[in-house]
Amino acid sequence: MASIEARGLRKAFGTTIALDGIDLNVEDGRILGMIGPNGAGKTTALNAILGLTPYQGQLRVLGRDPWAERDLLMRDVCFIADVAMLPRWIKVSQMLDYMAGVHPRFQRGKAETFLAKTSIGQNRKVKDLSKGMVAQLHLALVMAIDAKLLVLDEPTLGLDILFRKQFYDSLINDYLDRSRTIVVTTHQVEELQHILTDLMFIDRGRIVLSCSMEEFESRYAEVTVHPEQLAAARGLKPIHERQVFGQSILTFDRVERGRLLQLGEVHTPSISDVFVAVMSNRAGIAQGAAR
Amino acid sequence: MSSQPTTAPGTFAPSDGIPPALRSFYWGLRRELWENRSLYFAPLIAATAFLFGFLVNLFTLRHRVASGLLDAEQLREALTTRHDLAAALVMGTAFVVGIFYTIDALYGERRDRSILFWKSLPVSDLVTTLSKLTIPIIVVPMVSFAIALLAQFSMLLLSTVMLMGSSANLGTIWTGTPFLRDSLALFYHLLAIHGLWYAPAYAWLLLVSAWAPRLPLLWAVLPPFVICGLERIAFNTSHGLDLVKYRLLGPDNGMAPEHHHDLAATLIPQHFFSAPGLWTGLVLAAALVFLTVRTRRYRGPI
Repeated sequence: MASIEARGLRKAFGTTIALDGIDLNVEDGRILGMIGPNGAGKTTALNAILGLTPYQGQLRVLGRDPWAERDLLMRDVCFIADVAMLPRWIKVSQMLDYMAGVHPRFQRGKAETFLAKTSIGQNRKVKDLSKGMVAQLHLALVMAIDAKLLVLDEPTLGLDILFRKQFYDSLINDYLDRSRTIVVTTHQVEELQHILTDLMFIDRGRIVLSCSMEEFESRYAEVTVHPEQLAAARGLKPIHERQVFGQSILTFDRVERGRLLQLGEVHTPSISDVFVAVMSNRAGIAQGAAR
Repeated sequence: MSSQPTTAPGTFAPSDGIPPALRSFYWGLRRELWENRSLYFAPLIAATAFLFGFLVNLFTLRHRVASGLLDAEQLREALTTRHDLAAALVMGTAFVVGIFYTIDALYGERRDRSILFWKSLPVSDLVTTLSKLTIPIIVVPMVSFAIALLAQFSMLLLSTVMLMGSSANLGTIWTGTPFLRDSLALFYHLLAIHGLWYAPAYAWLLLVSAWAPRLPLLWAVLPPFVICGLERIAFNTSHGLDLVKYRLLGPDNGMAPEHHHDLAATLIPQHFFSAPGLWTGLVLAAALVFLTVRTRRYRGPI
C-alpha cells in the first residue's frame, strides 16, 4: 500500500509556482530522500503532505486527505522541521505530560528511556537547552510515537557534526527496525545516503529525478578516467566532469559498466555529486555534455 | 521493540473512555496555564499588594475606632468599601491580563514557529481555538473569583485580628460585611459579563491574533476606531461608537435603576438573559470562532 500518493500536485503562491504538478508514490516502509536547491518546492511538498497548506491536485496520505483531516492524520504521522519548532517556554516534563495527554500513540516510558540516555533533565525548559539537545528532545518525542509516517524537513540544520551523527544513528537504531515510511529533506545528504531506499531530486517545483537507490547505483557511475582515455570517455557523453588533484572524474548516466571499466576506476557516485551534475545540466552549465 | 503492544492501525487506545477532543481540550487549557502564568500570578500579586495596603489602613481604622471617631455603622461601611475595592482590583487585573493573553494567543505560536509543532499533533484547529477562548471567558473569571474571595476572606481575618480588643464589635464585621452575598453576586457578574457578554469581544481579539501579520493589538483596536471615525465624518452619526460602548460597558438596560448601587442587583438574570444584545453577541462570537478556526488552518509561522 502507498503511504503517500500524489497526482498532479500543484501549489502556487501568487504568480510563483512552488509545485508544478508533481506525481509521487511512496510505498509503505520506504525511506525517501527529497533533495533540491533552496526554494525548489521541497518544503511546500512536505507542507501539503502534512496538511499545513492547501493544494491543487490529488493527494492521499495514509489514505486520508491531509488538508481536510490534518488532526486525524497526525495520529499516524510525525513531523520534525528544523530545531526551532518546539515551544521555548515549555518544560521537558510538561512536554511529556502534554504529549501523553493528547497523543493516543505516545508511549511516555519510551521517551523517558531515550531522554535518560541524554543529559536533558526533565525540569529544564526548552529555551535553556542547546540546539543539539532540542533536536534530541524532539527525536525522543517522535521515537515514542508509534507512527506510520515520519516527515523530516532539514531535521539537522544548524547542528554540529556530532549531534547530526547521533541524530541519524538514533534514527537508524531505534526507528528503522519497523516498517515505517520516512520522507526526509536535507542538504547534508551524504549523511543519510546509506539509509535511503528512494531518492528524488526536485527543482523549481518539478521532479527532476525519481528512482530507488538500487536503480541509482546501477544507473550512475563515476569514473576516475586515465588521461589517455579522456577523449574516449568524453565521447560517451558524461553528465558531469570535474577535476580533482589533476585527475578527471566523469559522471555517467546509463552507460554500460563494461565500457566504463576500460576507461579507469569506477565507483558509485555520492548523491551530492549526481545532484550537482543533474542540477548544473538543468541550469545550462552542462560541462561534460557541452564538450 | 517488536514486543510493544500495538493497537490496530487508525484506532485509538481507549484508555479511559474520554473522547479524544475533550482530552485535547483539557490538555489545551493546562498548556495555556503553563505558558501564561501571569493569568493567575498577576491577580495574586495585585491581591497581595492590596492586602498589605489594607493592613496598614487597619492601624488607622483601629485608632479611629478607639478614639470614638468611627461608630459601628461607619466602620462597617468603610470595610465594605474596601472589600469591594479588593474585588474590583483583582478582577480588573485579571481582565487586563486576559486581554493581553487573548491578543497573543494565536499570534505568539506563529511568531515563535511553535505552531508547526502544535499542528504536528492530533489536535484540531477547533479544539485549539476553543481552549484558547475558554481561558479569558471562563478560566480567568473563575481564577479571579477565587483570588478575590481569598483576598476578601483574608481581609476579614485581618480586620478581626487587628480590631480585637478595640471597642469595635467584631460580630458586625462578620455579619455586616456582605461577604457571602457579594461573592455570589461577584460570581454571577464574572460569568455573565466577563463570560457571556464579552465573548464576542474576546473572539474578535482571537481572530485578529490568528490573522494579523504583525502588531495584533493594533489590528484589533484600529479598524473599529477608524470605522467609527469615518462614520462620524461621513454621516455625522455614532452608531458604531454606540455599539462598541454598549458592548464594552455592559447591558445597562439589564440594570434595574432602583438597585443601581447594589452589586447583587445590577444584573438581574431575567433582564440580562432577555437582553437581545446578549444573544446577538453570542451569535457574533460563534461566527468569529468559525473564522478563527479557518484562519488558523491557513496560517503558518511568520
